[in-house]
This record gives sequence, structure tokens and C-alpha cells, in this order.
Amino acid sequence: MSTAVQVMDDVNVFDLAAATLRELNGALQNLDATTNQTAWTILNPRGAHALAVGVTAPVNITIDGHAGYYCAGMNDGATVVINGNAATGVAENMMSGSVHVRGDASQSAGATAHGGLLIIDGNASARCGISMKGVDIVVKGSVGHMSAFMAQSGNLVICGNAGEALGDSLYEARLFVKGKVASLGADCEVKEMTDEDRDILAALLIKAGCTESPDEFTRYGSARKLYNFHVDNAGEY
Amino acid sequence: MCGIAGLFLKNPALEPQLGTLMAKMLDVLTERGPDSAGFAIYGASTPGHVKFTVRVKPGFDVLSLPARLDAVVTEHDDHAVVSVPAAREAEVRALLEAHPELVIVSVGSRMELFKGVGLPEDVSVRFGLSGMSGTHAIGHTRMATESAVTTEGAHPFSTGSDQCLVHNGSLSNHNDVRRSLIREGIKFATQNDTEVAAGYLSYKLREGAKLDEALTSALNDLDGFYTFVVGTESGFGVLRDPVACKPAVMAETDDYVAFGSEYRALAGLPGIETAHLFEPEPARVYFWERAA
Repeated sequence: MSTAVQVMDDVNVFDLAAATLRELNGALQNLDATTNQTAWTILNPRGAHALAVGVTAPVNITIDGHAGYYCAGMNDGATVVINGNAATGVAENMMSGSVHVRGDASQSAGATAHGGLLIIDGNASARCGISMKGVDIVVKGSVGHMSAFMAQSGNLVICGNAGEALGDSLYEARLFVKGKVASLGADCEVKEMTDEDRDILAALLIKAGCTESPDEFTRYGSARKLYNFHVDNAGEY
Repeated sequence: MCGIAGLFLKNPALEPQLGTLMAKMLDVLTERGPDSAGFAIYGASTPGHVKFTVRVKPGFDVLSLPARLDAVVTEHDDHAVVSVPAAREAEVRALLEAHPELVIVSVGSRMELFKGVGLPEDVSVRFGLSGMSGTHAIGHTRMATESAVTTEGAHPFSTGSDQCLVHNGSLSNHNDVRRSLIREGIKFATQNDTEVAAGYLSYKLREGAKLDEALTSALNDLDGFYTFVVGTESGFGVLRDPVACKPAVMAETDDYVAFGSEYRALAGLPGIETAHLFEPEPARVYFWERAA
């Protein structure tokens, strides 16, 4: 193992000031479900891209600082905590596990993710949850424009406000917003909050450590008018 | 791609380090723009004087100019800074323009502007950026998309006295806007899209708009995707297109305001661990001014 890794109190501490990103990701990607190296801390990330991508073992990874693009992308089972901000595409295409951003996230957080839980303590900027395919995302702050664009399934919870064109061309993802929505995208509409919706929302709020009540949120979903092409809707596509 | 770095100092104690800090930021942004690089730096002024930054063709002895122009000339690789009394600005401009070996890159009381082809680190070393001091600086690393890799196509572009512009993105209506501006008497040296944005701002300012007004009207008239950072004698401004295609992150402390295309470019700044970090919102004009 690289000399950049030091084991302290059963935690594998990897210092990116002393080793390369490739060494880090190589070490993490070689772990399997039977590993006993289950705790990892990454020091000095300094905004590096592609931190802890493609991890398939159920390990705990703490990134101590700000992360660059695509942090924890394709995550399949790991629990990743970022003690800082995350740049574009955090947890993109996550399959399972969880990613917790303690700061803000930039654009396209949770893009195309199939599963798992993404928690953002701060704000997320544009296109949060774009084309999400089953992931649960809880944003404790606000999200930027075009969030949940073409979102297919999963749940997006926004405790703050949503920017323009929320849920444009939405499929079957559920959107819950506590604050104001600047505007709804094409084919996105307010839905009645069913008991099932309320249960899903309540469980996600608890998982994310939020104190809000589900009753404070409005549920948005697809009007399902753009599923099949109709010439009257040509201007909406 | 392309990378942008901007650093605006609030704490005068950091001014001697401005060039060193900017050189590090540009070096980190090499991955976003390895073709060419450039920077505008706002240093000390000589009261009552203006500075021309000129690019000099190989073989021309720029140090022969002082005798002919009665000016103070400082050489920086293939650029030179020519300082003359402000009252003689028009006369000296005409004399400089009469030399086919010289291209005027910028003019201003404080701004000096240097750019060239090559890796950002090499460009910084050639011009001696690390040894430069000042209140603020704007730099750019270019990955060419809309026009050739040449010194003329490198950024920043000067938009007027003590004003410059850098750009990450590409404009789709630049040919149309260029034609309109040429009819208004704005001159262009290249087919570059960013030069059109610079010319557009120059035109708006000439017509009486303030810089923030000119940037606001750019939202309507320039089509494409862009993050612009503009420098002025006393501050700098930031504008992103409404779709926010191009990345931007800002950091503010008691000592400075900094702009980077990515956080990586800011990671080496002093006190960054406790800075207020934020992403500038789309279609919103941001401006920081130095107290007079």
C-alpha cells in the first residue's frame, strides 16, 4: 500500500498532498464487500476532480475539504461525507449508498443517479437532480434553475426555494418544495400530497436530519401531457 | 473550456504578492486552457501619466523609442510598457500606431496587459508576473474554440482605458454583432468572438453607459454562452449567461475577493479555508469597487 496512507485509530488516512488521485481511487476501487478497511479519510482534496469515484464496497469515506467535479460519481454502496463544498456533478450516476455534502453543491448534483441518498446541507445550483432515475435527494437550502429536468423517478426534497423551470419535461420523479418556486417547467404541475407521498417525505426528512414537517411542503409532479408527441404541444418540447 | 482567475485585494499588505498569487492561479488552470494565457495587472500609477502596453515584433529595438517619444519604456519579453504624460496621449498613440512593428495592446493609468501563446506557467515567467505588484489582476488560460491559437486571440482584451475583458465560453452571434459594431466605427483585429464582446462593451461605454449598464445590455445582445470577468481601474465585475453553462466560483475574505473557474485555482490563496465561498448567480451583474 502507498506510503501516503496512514492507519490511525482504524481509519485509513489518505493525504492527497503526498500521493496522487489515481493512487487514492485505485485503493478505494480495489476494496470489496469483505474488506475490513471500512473507514477512510481523505486529506487535502483542494478541489480535485473525480474523488472517490466508482467505489463498490460498503465503506465510510470522509473527504476533509472542498471537492471538485464528479465527486463520488457512480457510488455503489459507500457512505461518503464531504466536509466542504462539492463542484459539478456530485454523486452523478450513484447506484446505492449515500453522499452527504456539508457545504454547497454546484450544478447537476445527483445527475442521472439510480439509487442511494444524496444530502446537501447548503444550496445546490442549477440542474440539481437532472435526469434522476431513482435516487433520493434532500437539499436543505435552495436549488437553481432547471432542477429535476427530465427527472424519471426518485424523490427530490427542497427545503428552500427552487429556481426557474423546476421539473421541466418531468417523468415520474416526486418533487417536494417548502419554499417558493420561481417558475415551473413544461409539463410540471402541483399535485395533491397523498398519504404515500407524505410517508416518503417524512422518512426522507428524518434520514436527512431535517426538523421540517411534511405539511410545510408542496408536492409537484408530471402532468403527463408530453409523454407522447402531440402537435398541439410542439411549442412545449 | 478556458480558465479565468481574478484577484482583487482589499488588504494593501498583500499587494506585493499579487503577481505571485495570480501566477499560481493561472498555473492551476492549465488543464482548462493550455494554448495561451494572459493577464491584466493594476499596479502603481504615475500621477498625470498614461501607460501604453505594446506588443513588439522581433527585431525591433523597443529601447530606441524613449529618444523618439520622450517616454519611459520598460521591456517585458515581447511586450513593452510606454509611460508618457497624459497630455501627450493622442500624440504618442499616433506615433506608436505609425510603427508597423508595434501593436497597442492596452492603455490606462494603472493597467498593464500581457498575453502570449504557450503554457500559462511559461507565459507568466516570460513576462515576470511573479515580480509584479498591484491592487487587482485578471488572468485567463485559453483552450481555443472559435478562432486560431495566436497571441491576438489570447485574452484579456482591452475594452477601453484601464478596462479589460476575459471570457470563458463561445458566442454564437459574434459575426452579426461585429458587422453592426464596424458600422459604428469599432475596429477589430481578429475573427475572435471575445474581441466582439470587448468591442461591444467599448461601444456601449462610448455611448455613455456605465459598465454595469453595458454588462446588463450584453445579456440581451450577446447570444451564446459565457462567463465574463471585466477589470476596471478601481474594481472588477462578473457576468454569467442566463443558462450558466460555464463554471464560476468566488471567494471573499477580509483581505480579498477572488474569482476562479474552479475552486482548485483558489485553493492556494491565504486564508481560503475560512473564506466565504459562493457561486455567482446566472444573469446577475456583480461588481466590486476599491474605495477611492
